[in-house]
Amino acid sequence: MAAERLFEMRLAARPDRLRLLRCTLRDAASLAGLASDEVERVVLAANEACMNIIQHAYKDQADGEVVVEAIDNDVDLELRFIDFAPPINASACRPRDLGDVRPGGLGTHFMQEVMDEVRYSRLEADDGNCLVMKKYKNK
Amino acid sequence: MAYQVFEEGGFSVIHLSGEIDLSNSPDVRRLVLDTLAQDRNSLVDLSAVTYIDSSGVASLVEGYQTARNRGLRFGLVNVSAAALSVLQLAHLDKVFPIQPSVQAFLGSDA
Repeated sequence: MAAERLFEMRLAARPDRLRLLRCTLRDAASLAGLASDEVERVVLAANEACMNIIQHAYKDQADGEVVVEAIDNDVDLELRFIDFAPPINASACRPRDLGDVRPGGLGTHFMQEVMDEVRYSRLEADDGNCLVMKKYKNK
Repeated sequence: MAYQVFEEGGFSVIHLSGEIDLSNSPDVRRLVLDTLAQDRNSLVDLSAVTYIDSSGVASLVEGYQTARNRGLRFGLVNVSAAALSVLQLAHLDKVFPIQPSVQAFLGSDA
């Protein structure tokens, strides 16, 4: 089966838009054939990715935008997050030691733990950042 | 997200419901910290929480740490499956005192 784009949405990078992403992705991940528990974990990972963009890429500025795509590649569900913020430090996007119990810093852990691939890059035009995450099927 | 606060067995019980994410986790944080600021032992009832993200979890962690620093008791009760799976993913299910009900918490030494 050829890759199928399940949705592409352009969201204001605001906390009150996260629910819109979750609702849409929940249906898309189910359509892609993920089991219900995996759907919820992928939704969590995507929420965290978008939250990181809001808080860290746009630094809570209200006028940013995020483009989210979900692609069913048959063997995996691919999620793409594109923002138009200054470059992020991808090397800083690493999970922290969970033994250090403190508020914050869990989002990257959730993304790495749930998804099978997490890859950051700068857009070719150097006008934004791209995060690609994949969840393999039948794992 | 909606909430109720009531007293039971000498604890303030904060009952949260709905989805907790970055749009309302600052409210949860304030609610928990305000309750603890009154030197109240506190429990957070998560039975009706259908979704919680890392910002919501962070609010609970801050409450837990604040309670410890103030010598107060703090725990989670009636944790929904949705919330528990996130706490497990964060390896916090063994950190928070968690009991299936307020009564069970009152009878524990947590």
